[in-house]
Amino acid sequence: MTHQGTETLRDVRVVEPESEEELSTALRCADRDGLAVIPRGSGTKLEWGNPPARADLILSTVRLNRIIEHVWADLTVTAEAGCIVADLQRVLTPHGQRLAIDPLWPESATIGGILATNDSGAWRLRYGGLRDLIIGVTLVLADGTIARGGGKVVKNVAGYDLPKLATGSLGTLGVITQAVFRLHPLPRKTRTLTLAPGGMAEAQALLLAIQDTNLAHIALQLRCGAHRDPEMDILLEGTEEGIEAQTARLTSLAAPARVAEGPTNVWGARQEIANHDAVAKFSVLPSKIADTIGAIAAAGDPEWRAVVQATGIGWISADAALSRLRARIESEGGTLTVLRQSPGAAAIDAWGDPGDTLPLLRTIKQRFDPKNTLNPGRFVGGI
Amino acid sequence: MPLTPEIVGKLHEATGARNVITASEELRTYECDALTAYRAVPGAVVLPATTEEVQAVARICYQAHIPFVARGSGTGLSGGAMPVPEGVVICLARMNRILEIDFPNARVVVEPGVINLEVTGRVAPANYFYAPDPSSQSVCSIGGNVAENSGGAHCLKYGFTTTHVLALEVVLPDGTLMHLGKKTLDALGYDLPGVFVGSEGTLGVATKITLRIVKRPESVQTLLAAFHSTTEAGAAVSGIIAAGMLPAAIEMMDHLSILAAEAAVHAHYPDCGGLLLVEMDGPQAEVCALMEHIQEICRSQGAWEIRLAQSETERALVWKGRKAAFAALGRISPNYIVQDGVIPRTRLPQVLTRIGELSTEAGLRVANVFHAGDGNLHPMVLYDRRIAGQEKSAIALSERILELCIEAGGSITGEHGVGEEKKHMMSKMFAEPDLATMQRVRCAFDPQQIANPAKVFPRPRLCGEKLGEYTPHPLELAGVAERF
Repeated sequence: MTHQGTETLRDVRVVEPESEEELSTALRCADRDGLAVIPRGSGTKLEWGNPPARADLILSTVRLNRIIEHVWADLTVTAEAGCIVADLQRVLTPHGQRLAIDPLWPESATIGGILATNDSGAWRLRYGGLRDLIIGVTLVLADGTIARGGGKVVKNVAGYDLPKLATGSLGTLGVITQAVFRLHPLPRKTRTLTLAPGGMAEAQALLLAIQDTNLAHIALQLRCGAHRDPEMDILLEGTEEGIEAQTARLTSLAAPARVAEGPTNVWGARQEIANHDAVAKFSVLPSKIADTIGAIAAAGDPEWRAVVQATGIGWISADAALSRLRARIESEGGTLTVLRQSPGAAAIDAWGDPGDTLPLLRTIKQRFDPKNTLNPGRFVGGI
Repeated sequence: MPLTPEIVGKLHEATGARNVITASEELRTYECDALTAYRAVPGAVVLPATTEEVQAVARICYQAHIPFVARGSGTGLSGGAMPVPEGVVICLARMNRILEIDFPNARVVVEPGVINLEVTGRVAPANYFYAPDPSSQSVCSIGGNVAENSGGAHCLKYGFTTTHVLALEVVLPDGTLMHLGKKTLDALGYDLPGVFVGSEGTLGVATKITLRIVKRPESVQTLLAAFHSTTEAGAAVSGIIAAGMLPAAIEMMDHLSILAAEAAVHAHYPDCGGLLLVEMDGPQAEVCALMEHIQEICRSQGAWEIRLAQSETERALVWKGRKAAFAALGRISPNYIVQDGVIPRTRLPQVLTRIGELSTEAGLRVANVFHAGDGNLHPMVLYDRRIAGQEKSAIALSERILELCIEAGGSITGEHGVGEEKKHMMSKMFAEPDLATMQRVRCAFDPQQIANPAKVFPRPRLCGEKLGEYTPHPLELAGVAERF
């Protein structure tokens, strides 16, 4: 299947450097020659953002896939950008550790790719997003400069936070070649609880009630869709005693809805949505989740589906009236980003309104990539 | 450019004459922050009350090329709020309102002069708290916390200021108002709050800050364990981490800092070579089970006394000693330097041994307090200024300790910031291209470099202007800065 975003890349040459230095040289030469460069990991999210305005070269990180250093006793790991997320987790597991992020398509997504797109899943409620887990970065700028920011220690305030600047920048400021992360211990036990709160109003009330307790749940999501009542999933981790006690509290909190131990595959609901032809991500205040779902339902797609986390971040598969939905969400202070548009759909801007920061975003881009070499046109405001 | 009477007149118009300080004896109050070794007298101090007034002051400075330094409570420990001589200090103390509390979404909007602990005070009745807890939290301001990306003992589990700042209203150095981030997560564009928090006042002035608040855990227990040495205590920390536990805080104190804390606040600490303070929080059943495990680990590493503080009063006393540790050193030494370095936690034994050797060589005592869970060291070099040459050796020793941190793969600062004090260490920690890349960020926010211009980076560097008429900077003409 070809999406609008990837059509332009079909016949573009691919360079696969083997080292940071090679990548730097390739990028510097492309920049000098005025070529537009599309950085790529495994390409799982290549159609996210707007289609590139120009594309002369794909710069792939697939061969930069080493795990440089796992200092398990310090709970840190350094990995190259092309390292597959699941491969990294497999190296960490025997030490009872993990990178506490549950991205889309972990068996093929790369570290660099999830960072560039700032992809996070259900665990974000407890562990934060990638911005909260990355502690060091190596970034190759368009002119070939190899720049490091942050470091290898969890606590560090020396210099500007380049790791956060790189996270979510969609490869428009530089190519991430290496990242250092803080790690978390694997949980002793986990349990998934599932319940049907009733209608959307009840689901909203219960979600806020749970968030207003001191329960230490890891994730809380609502699964919604056309012609069905919402379902709520809650992930607990910890000791047997802790999980038992929290299950009991949740059970009384949710009554009269019945809380049952659920299958763990409910946490794959986000990926099922992301596999659709038309996918958007939204972010709203947790108190506006029901309103937003109501607006999605009213937008007119007969087969819409959505997953929303208690953080207020959600994913929908729906094609209908995205512009109108975006206007509604933005008027309430939220955002709606189109990740993938069906072939043939009327194209809309992937991002929406960045507010009064646009001039600053453009200036930062200009300072980092004055010739607009990296991913031209894919990012916010035409960056 | 000097602060002419004409410019002072404009500042009067901007904020009202009584909110502009120019009398030299009053200006002295603002000549330093809590790092008193570095001082400079500003030309004027302005105390704006609104965002519009901050904008007006920034515009005046921008148009006249006058550098300004923003200041909160002045509790910083790296000289970040030290004025530029003859420049302007923008003191945000009057902007101290809590503007909005949104419990359903766990957000609070504050002005920069609000005191850290006041946020917790206001949300505590609903069982929420504001997590970053620097030791100065009863006096330091949220604006200052934003500038320094302040941490605190509990950031091991809860994260730093940057974890808890969702949005900022910012006055850029040219007076432009901008809204970075959003009350919702993942605002569009680059992570501007991520870049701004911790930028030490070099990118602009925050005038409104949207914070995340956290629900109080069901139960909190604090354990105090006495060991014969910091090596044993360090091994216990490693054991706790290896067992897959993430406490809310793990603090370590050595003998000298325990003596000082006892002398100052009588926290009833055991007299020992290495004291460990471990706090666990979460669901009660979970905390009880894990605390037992932690006690076993401590005993197996040689802890000869273990106390479990369970009441709020007991806990408060335990923490009082730790949080007073810096100031307490005044009881045992006329002068001291508080250092702030970070090492990978596992390097602690080697680095401590080396600090001990260096201390002996220099003939100066070093007291050590650590956030042991994340490897953040606070070695405190004790000295007596009255003894000729001792201050100089103390500074040299303190810098040598920072070099040790860099050699161990760590950082020159975990929470105090680079400021004035450590800017020359930046080029030891980062390579030239790294610093040049950070400079690109700075130039995007502040092409004229008037916001806290002489801090953080090792030497002044100018921004190549892309547009407009080229005017050489005075520093460039004097040959002390290069254009790039």
